[in-house]
Amino acid sequence: MSRIKTIETRDMKKSVANGGCGECQTSCQSACKTSCGVANQQCENNNK
Amino acid sequence: MVHQYKLNGYNIVLDTCSGSVHAVDEVAYDIIAMYENSDSEQIVTAMLEKYADCPDITREEILECIDDVTALKEQGKLFTKDEYENLAFDYKNNSKVIKAMCLHIAHTCNLNCSYCFASQGKYQGDRALMSFETGKQAFDFLIANSGSRRNLEVDFFGGEPLMNFEVVKQLVGYARSVEKEHNKNFRFTLTTNGVLLDDDIIEYLNKEMSNVVLSLDGRKEIHDHFRVDYHGNGSYDKILPKFKELVEKREGKNYYMRGTFTHNNTDFTKDIFHMADLGFKELSMEPVVCPPDDPYALTEEDLPVLFEQYEILAREMVRRKKAGDGFTFYHYMLDLANGPCIYKRITGCGSGTEYMAVTPWGDLYPCHQFVGDEKYLLGNIWDGVKNTEVQDEFRYCNAYARSECKDCWAKLYCSGGCAANSYHATGSVMGVYKYGCELFKKRIECAVMMKVAEAEE
Repeated sequence: MSRIKTIETRDMKKSVANGGCGECQTSCQSACKTSCGVANQQCENNNK
Repeated sequence: MVHQYKLNGYNIVLDTCSGSVHAVDEVAYDIIAMYENSDSEQIVTAMLEKYADCPDITREEILECIDDVTALKEQGKLFTKDEYENLAFDYKNNSKVIKAMCLHIAHTCNLNCSYCFASQGKYQGDRALMSFETGKQAFDFLIANSGSRRNLEVDFFGGEPLMNFEVVKQLVGYARSVEKEHNKNFRFTLTTNGVLLDDDIIEYLNKEMSNVVLSLDGRKEIHDHFRVDYHGNGSYDKILPKFKELVEKREGKNYYMRGTFTHNNTDFTKDIFHMADLGFKELSMEPVVCPPDDPYALTEEDLPVLFEQYEILAREMVRRKKAGDGFTFYHYMLDLANGPCIYKRITGCGSGTEYMAVTPWGDLYPCHQFVGDEKYLLGNIWDGVKNTEVQDEFRYCNAYARSECKDCWAKLYCSGGCAANSYHATGSVMGVYKYGCELFKKRIECAVMMKVAEAEE
């Protein structure tokens, strides 16, 4: 793979099975308040 | 869905449905662009022609790269199919819990900022302070409707919440006294303009608030243009020493210096760097939300300037981090390896369903940006949500609810965007605030580029 370097990322497909606990922070509880960003919240699922 | 772009010398390929990120060279970048619509021979011919001046790019090299792309596809890291649509609707339909509240503890403010979306804290209504009894009922309502969710979040918001600080303290005390028996963990945030901060309040906030949001627009002349008291005096000199003291004593707990930029400071990176140079390290800067005919509203002509600003910011953050003097920017905080699951990515902010705003007199609205708009009154903290028609509108909001988002690569990063922005831009929460989309996409491209830059080190 000399021409392609893959960055380590969470597998979204797999997270269908091990995600969805809902314990993570609501995005507007941080600094948003006037936009929606869901990708920058931390996952707080201990069982993933 | 695959999104390819070039930024800061990097060729980046996002496979949005798997969440994969690839940094590639020019040849791989071109091969990936052709891969789904061409056979191997067509790709080889095109590449040999394009790179005719590069003797090291041979037929074998190109075929090897095509094999690598095929392997990534088979591993589920490229050209991953989008199969989340039903999941998005089902998850929100089945979830009936409330886990977060924006508690409007004070509908009044000691500053008179003309750009305030909350109209100087009054939200188009009268000035008001929340009583302890109303706040207590709000906490009871949240606990009763939170199901098995353990982490519950309450943001003390306004107006200026420190104008009702005694009630904030009483409510935090109440929440702490009941959280264990209900197996809950309250996390508090308070957003303040800083005017009323003193040593005692700073000590209290640093003890009890898991996050504080401190409003600072950057350079003194920028900050003082809007953030003035009722005599027209700028607040910068008054609040800055207090913010510095608060952050110095924060001992690692989260905070955000949060600014707003407008048409008046489209060079907003100077304001971010100003905050960083003052020693603040957790920064946020949001585009102003206002009617398009306001003199400080962002314009179409501003857009390319803002794009460039976000790129300048990303490059400078990479540089400062390498130099050991880094800072964070809210919209660039991506955790690619341990970030949110697909449910978070597709269901959005939860406004109107798992997140609601509570007015000083106990009315419920989908979020703080709808407060004062009677059409969006959901109910109240004593009787619960009665306006299920409006709530269903928000329950329907997700990454797949808007036809405009169907082919957008960014939908799993914004989840369809902010319902309030959509409403204010189009008159419907199901609309699309295209200006915001453009800024959002640029921010994500920059944020991912920074991750690639880190990985390249």
